[in-house]
Amino acid sequence: MHELPVINSILKVVMKHAVMNNVNKVVAVHLQVGELSDLEDKWMQQYFDYLTKGGIAEGARLVIERMPVVMKCEECGASYEADLKKNKKVSCPECGSEKNTLISGREYFVKNLEAI
Amino acid sequence: MSDEIRLIEVKEGILADNDAMAKKIRDDLRKEKTFLLNLMASPGAGKTSLVIQTIRRLKEKLRIGVMEADIDSMVDAEKVAKEGVDAIQIRTGGFCHMDATMVKSGLNAMDTKRLDLIILENVGNLVCPAEFETGAIKNAMILSVPEGDDKPLKYPLMFSVCHALVINKTDFLALSDFDVEKCRQRVLKINPDIQIFEISCKTGEGVEQWVQWLKEEVESL
Repeated sequence: MHELPVINSILKVVMKHAVMNNVNKVVAVHLQVGELSDLEDKWMQQYFDYLTKGGIAEGARLVIERMPVVMKCEECGASYEADLKKNKKVSCPECGSEKNTLISGREYFVKNLEAI
Repeated sequence: MSDEIRLIEVKEGILADNDAMAKKIRDDLRKEKTFLLNLMASPGAGKTSLVIQTIRRLKEKLRIGVMEADIDSMVDAEKVAKEGVDAIQIRTGGFCHMDATMVKSGLNAMDTKRLDLIILENVGNLVCPAEFETGAIKNAMILSVPEGDDKPLKYPLMFSVCHALVINKTDFLALSDFDVEKCRQRVLKINPDIQIFEISCKTGEGVEQWVQWLKEEVESL
């Protein structure tokens, strides 16, 4: 069920911008999705197709770019990419500290639309 | 009108509206000095049991309210109300998590000014509730021993958004290959600041430390 509210929120953003730009048909939606999202591309497209039936975004393709998990080191301030799903310690490549905060990796970001 | 495809720049995240509503809830609650705890876990990890244990130990010291979120039932609110605190049930109607707007409507139905602590028992799920801020002052989660010590590897986002982790059902440890130390290492790698409590709601072991932490958090608001 999780896909439905997420895709619905994406569609709301898409429709807002489609209306603002007098779009007749949305052809593609370019999304940036954080690595920490559990949603699979295939299912996102399927729910999107379901929600857009009969509207101007019907048939639009989702182009999904996965965004890496980025951590900020609390000791030295350096930013670095991390793979949290691998079972090894996440440490700063600059100073070796393991103290960090997540700065990206959980986003659903609508980058742009291809539209007619 | 031409049929040429245009590229329209959007640059908008979908969680922005929810994050803004969550911030408003948090700001309002801080003004009222009401602490909202968002409690998350898998189904069956012991959320309602922990809520009840917490109420029993704190109801003489704090005025407590409980917001129970379930896909479709009233059983949790009924159980909690028997403990003599204000409890409301939110039926999410199929939604797998609570978002800030749903929390707001729940808070509107409660006398928040009169309460020191409101516990939101989120929908049983380790995935979706992690993505939607509720407006809580602090997030806590339960991982129960039968679920396994590998859950931090599978649901890193959940472990990264929580301020406290309660490892429940420690009375099962003898029967299980759950490795508490390995679990701690996995969690601390994702979230070095998280507070970890090992408890058994059944025997009561360790519950006092959890309750103490929560009480201090409420009092320092």
